[in-house]
Amino acid sequence: MTRKTLLIPFALILISLAIVACAAPAAAPTAAPAAPADTQAPAAAEAPAPVKLTYMVGDVETDQLIAHALVDAYVKEHPNVTIELENRPGGSEGDNVIKTRLATGDMTDLFSYNAGSLIQALNPTSTLVDLTDEPFMANVDDAFKQTVSQNGRVFGTPDQTAMGGGILYNKKIYEDLGLSVPKTWEEFAANNEKIKEAGIAPVIATYGDTWTSQLFVLADYYNVQASDPTFADDYTANKAKYATTPAAMAGFEHLREGYDKGWYQQDFATAKFDQGLELLANGGGAHYPMLSFALPTIATNWPDKVNDIGFFAQPGTDAAKNGATIWMLLANYIPQTTTGEKLAVAKDFLAFTVSPEAVAALNAAVPPSGPYLIKGAALPDDALPAVLDIAAYIDSGNSAPALEFLSPVKGPSLEQITVAVGTGQMTPEEAAAAYDKDVEKQAQQLGLPGW
Amino acid sequence: MAHDDRPRAILRTYPNWFYLPAAIVFGVFFIVPTAMAFYFSLTRWTLFSATFIGLDNYVTFLGDPMLMSGLRNTIIYAVMTSGLKVIIALPLAMLLTSNIRVKGLLRSIVFFPVLVSTVAVGITFSMLMQPSVGLINTVLGAIGLPQPDWLGNPGLALYSVALVDVWKGLGIATVIFMAGILSIPQEYFEAARLEGGAWVKFRYVVIPLARNATFTVILLSFIGGLRTFDLIWTMTRGGPGFASDVLTSVIYKEYQAGFYGLSTAGNVVLFILVTVIVYPLMRFFNRMELDT
Amino acid sequence: MRIQKLIRRYWVDVVSLLVIGVVFIVPFVFVLLTASKTRQDAALLTFSWPKEFRLIENLREVMTWGDNRMVRALWNSTLLTLGSVTLIVLFSALVAFVMQRRADRLAAVVGSFMLAGLIIPPAVVPTIFLLQWLGLYKTLVGLIMVEVAYSMPFAILIMRAFMGSIPRELDEAAVIDGASPMRVFFSVILPLLRPAIVTVVVTSSVTIFNDFVGPLYFLPGSENVTAPLTLFSFISQFTSQWNLLFADVVVITIIPLIVFIFFQRQLVSGMMGGAIKG
Repeated sequence: MTRKTLLIPFALILISLAIVACAAPAAAPTAAPAAPADTQAPAAAEAPAPVKLTYMVGDVETDQLIAHALVDAYVKEHPNVTIELENRPGGSEGDNVIKTRLATGDMTDLFSYNAGSLIQALNPTSTLVDLTDEPFMANVDDAFKQTVSQNGRVFGTPDQTAMGGGILYNKKIYEDLGLSVPKTWEEFAANNEKIKEAGIAPVIATYGDTWTSQLFVLADYYNVQASDPTFADDYTANKAKYATTPAAMAGFEHLREGYDKGWYQQDFATAKFDQGLELLANGGGAHYPMLSFALPTIATNWPDKVNDIGFFAQPGTDAAKNGATIWMLLANYIPQTTTGEKLAVAKDFLAFTVSPEAVAALNAAVPPSGPYLIKGAALPDDALPAVLDIAAYIDSGNSAPALEFLSPVKGPSLEQITVAVGTGQMTPEEAAAAYDKDVEKQAQQLGLPGW
Repeated sequence: MAHDDRPRAILRTYPNWFYLPAAIVFGVFFIVPTAMAFYFSLTRWTLFSATFIGLDNYVTFLGDPMLMSGLRNTIIYAVMTSGLKVIIALPLAMLLTSNIRVKGLLRSIVFFPVLVSTVAVGITFSMLMQPSVGLINTVLGAIGLPQPDWLGNPGLALYSVALVDVWKGLGIATVIFMAGILSIPQEYFEAARLEGGAWVKFRYVVIPLARNATFTVILLSFIGGLRTFDLIWTMTRGGPGFASDVLTSVIYKEYQAGFYGLSTAGNVVLFILVTVIVYPLMRFFNRMELDT
Repeated sequence: MRIQKLIRRYWVDVVSLLVIGVVFIVPFVFVLLTASKTRQDAALLTFSWPKEFRLIENLREVMTWGDNRMVRALWNSTLLTLGSVTLIVLFSALVAFVMQRRADRLAAVVGSFMLAGLIIPPAVVPTIFLLQWLGLYKTLVGLIMVEVAYSMPFAILIMRAFMGSIPRELDEAAVIDGASPMRVFFSVILPLLRPAIVTVVVTSSVTIFNDFVGPLYFLPGSENVTAPLTLFSFISQFTSQWNLLFADVVVITIIPLIVFIFFQRQLVSGMMGGAIKG
């Protein structure tokens, strides 16, 4: 064995030691508290000490635009504050990031996350800062507060607007074919046949992004409630089931009907959300069952087409009981790990986000996807037509929150089940039964009473 | 077990403390969390609190209506990928150890996909398999063949992903076979050449004498197939619907849903399943190897 | 006459080059073409020549996006891979050496742990709690330790098999010359293990460099991003920007490609020597 070969392992060890040594400082970056020497000074009146906050937001385009607009507007007024944005993935991947970091006490100073059934799993009473008695909560819409509450305490402020879940449609196609907005499912089906005859895909489905497949079921909730007003409570109490409630089963039947009648466009099984938006904007498809948060993206990518897009509520059985299902998607929260100076600034930032100044800043940066959840905040004059359609449902009292904002029970496999129905692998009956089973699993895992 | 008649001085050359660095890292970062997982699989665990509920999670997991199709898909996937890798890699290895001129280049080309991120491979093939404008169907259409919806057709999605898995993993299998073929003494090939052509060489020399390589390939790709996750998750997420769900994707979805205890129980079930299938296979292969 | 001879001699070369080329190269060509397109052009998803060649601009956009996130990611991934692979090679070789040579009851126990490590899927959340308790959560050192623990069983398997082909007489001779166990290991065994080491280095560095679940859970935070995670955030953030997504693929494939070009000869022969000897 030569001396040279002997050197190799030692060189390797040295290198690895050096690497680990180099890596160590890089590895613990954000741990350092904000300059303790400076913040000690009580004379904060003339020159407030610098404060740095971290704020975790979703990484989809709309979330980013809104977060940047809010932060920029706030920092402009408070030059001593810097707010660093951290991105998290969307969907259930993001749920896990949030839960893991909250459970391990390692959350950012502020974060944006879903309102509704999902926050119950965060155990808000022991992980989030109680905002019930903050003066700025007076600005927040009361219906919204319920969606971010546990045991009567409120933990979040609205991030983004209310949204409509229903059918986004291409008004140009409707004009060209002389169609009118359907009030019942029968009218909707009749419209679809005419659209199909004209060589246009009646309904856009994008099962490549599975979450988009749930809309026919979730956006049907207004109709479920109209025919069965106690459904949400009975459902939470394990008394009502999808498989045994005809009105609730209807959503699954619609999905299957679309498949059986060939309403969906070519390649729908693997198409993605953005392809769906493109089809809708350019008239390749007439209807897209979707949440209105898609509208800002359409406005950004196809600015000359967004005014052709309208919204109507998912039609039910009775034209007299037509109304829209509403989402209150996202809220801002402060984890209990944020304390002292940072907590005060974080609260001040939340107060700003529900103020008229913030609404003005938002209107300038992103077209709203629906009515604001902030008291006294009106839609701008140039609001998108589809947003005005949604506002009309709300103003006339024909709207109801989606089921996930009324009940903590929501099965995690719904999006796979709806894809299975929409691709003809399951009948509506099988799907409703499978979803009931899925829901049971979730309720048991949450330890809800009565399951 | 014949160490007793060896001098003690020699045994001292192989001190047991050489195990220590590996044992510490493996013990702390693998064994301890795994043991914790066994405990958590018996609880309703929300990350914020864990309530002991006995075997309920196992009952729920095994009672899942989708479990059986997930199990079936897992086995199909493992058998198909390991089988295809053997069937394709063995002749390929013969080609790459024969005296063709471009073998250096070809070896590199075949091996290169092994180095690329699985996620990147998954994204690329999702595009190539796009049903109407993707390259694969464009070519099939041009020569008048049917153009299936590779990932959107529920009956096809699992097989499409398995094919991509074979594409990506073929390099490793081929190299293992090449090593096996190169370790066969040259005299056997001489004899085979006198007896007949390439077929004789393949059937009567390579197949029997590269047996150990075959076992290695089957075993590694079988374990890999049973534990596969990245590629399926990138390409289909177990869909459309539940059509290409395998055990790992079922477990992962439960994890994502926040059913930590349940998904940990699923992990334990997967571990038992892999052991039950792979262990006898290993024993069998070991016995066969001793025979040669 | 001469042409027929040429055909007879080279047809295998040409056909195999064509088939293998099409099957294995075309997907990468697709990646490069798409990475060179404009956003609208790439959105068509077709296999076509770019209408406008923008590879450099796209790469630059990917590299500078989000405060040079990509540069940080490549740096982190390189550190992670180098650190883990060094430890994996060293620790596994030590184990394989003693295990194969002693072949006693303890070695059998170690062997069964190795098998367990090969088979059992890792438990993510308990590992996070453990790392936190040790103060290693969100640190590169912590992630390195986890990757080492996950990769060792396979490395030991490969090295132990190869160890069988190194004659025992060599270490016995060294002992008689008065060498300590450490010296026997470093100066006799380790150099001879080289083919198996190359195999381990290649397989584990590929796995670790491309690992995306590990960093996602054990090394969260935007400062700590690693190469495959950039791809992940691009998927959700730039759903309609396939050109940038594929430019990202190009960037994160460049490091393995460079390594591959430099070491390809040793790599394939080392893999072959190390894979199943013994």
